Amino acid sequence: MASLRTIRDLVAEHPLLADLPADDLDLIAGCGHNEHLGPGRLLFREGEEASTFYLVRSGHVAIEVAAPGGRSLIVRTAGPGTLVGWSWLFPPYRWHLDARTVDEVSVVAIDGACLRGKCDADTGLGYRLMQRFAQLAIDHLQGARRQLLDVYGDQTGR
Amino acid sequence: MIPHRYRVVDRVEELSDTVTLVIEPVDEPAVAPDHGQFNMLWAFGVGEVPISVSGRSPHLAHTIRAVGATTRALCALQPGDMLGLRGPFGTGWALEPATGGDLVVIGGGIGLAPVRTVVRAALADRGRFDHVAVLVGARTPDALLYADELDEWRRRDDLEVLVTVDAAPSGWTGNVGVVTGLIDRAGFDPARTTAVVCGPEIMMRFCAAALLARGVPSNRIQVSLERNMQCAVASCGHCQIGPVFVCREGPVFDWGTAAQLLEVRDR
Repeated sequence: MASLRTIRDLVAEHPLLADLPADDLDLIAGCGHNEHLGPGRLLFREGEEASTFYLVRSGHVAIEVAAPGGRSLIVRTAGPGTLVGWSWLFPPYRWHLDARTVDEVSVVAIDGACLRGKCDADTGLGYRLMQRFAQLAIDHLQGARRQLLDVYGDQTGR
Repeated sequence: MIPHRYRVVDRVEELSDTVTLVIEPVDEPAVAPDHGQFNMLWAFGVGEVPISVSGRSPHLAHTIRAVGATTRALCALQPGDMLGLRGPFGTGWALEPATGGDLVVIGGGIGLAPVRTVVRAALADRGRFDHVAVLVGARTPDALLYADELDEWRRRDDLEVLVTVDAAPSGWTGNVGVVTGLIDRAGFDPARTTAVVCGPEIMMRFCAAALLARGVPSNRIQVSLERNMQCAVASCGHCQIGPVFVCREGPVFDWGTAAQLLEVRDR
């Protein structure tokens, strides 16, 4: 019989958080709940209050930006084991992008306001989380720079 | 070297600016190419360009992107039209070290063309390798080469195919992100892996770094360098990097060698 996995178990399995001390995992899990979403659902929209982040357990989430002409452009896809959303951590706590499910998605949704309060009370937790989110931001920045390079454009011309 | 005369027997419009020409010899055929080698294709009255072989059987195939006068002339050829061919030239992908181990094939943009024959060869002799992963990157979904063949590959259960694009319109259900992001997701055993990588130089640098970070030895990462090959027989020096003629010693190098060459900046 499959054992029931708690939010704490799911948080502890996430690659970004797995090496945190047990107390930290307890605190984070205390702000989390499970969500299952069908395809095409908006997780959040640009400009709205950023109060949650998502640990993707299965499925895929498209990160979209509004492009000229009213189009939406997907700039990144977040798959299993990734994390979506860091605007909850930084003022003014507003989303800068849209996030939409691509297929059936299971996430652990973490209440950002709840976790910010715990970070204020426990600066060690805050520092360790900030380290991880900073690394995440750096990784995404590097990826965005590479995408901006338009590396597949031609440079030869013969 | 006198070019062989070839005739176009099929022309496949892959993308708005990219065409695959399937050709057959009119007279004596050129020597059959190894995987990763290139031919010099001559559009009569216009010029000659180096083009990697993208298909070997039953006929030679070359996938050409129209970016200049000569490539535009080649892309405009129709079945029945003639062209000149010199080759094959250069080094090919060394697949022997991959035998019995895992094979990772990475193609970015038009760089999928020179590795397509590697994937086809792996599928034709599938028992030769353990895990085979094909990682493909392109600018946008409509810039993905060989879309039908990619779909065929995806349907196989003995091949891992991961595709990503740099950007996509809303509604695209595939992956968006840099091709290096696929390397962490692919299910190969780094210590037993041979990787062949072809694409823009900057993409290959990032891919090599990601493969090294996963533990693939540098001498088992092969890349194909693109330079201004003009004579293709190591005489003119146009493709020279430091002491190396890319047309003769390359275009395929192991990463240990390629990394040193790429430190020699173009002037």
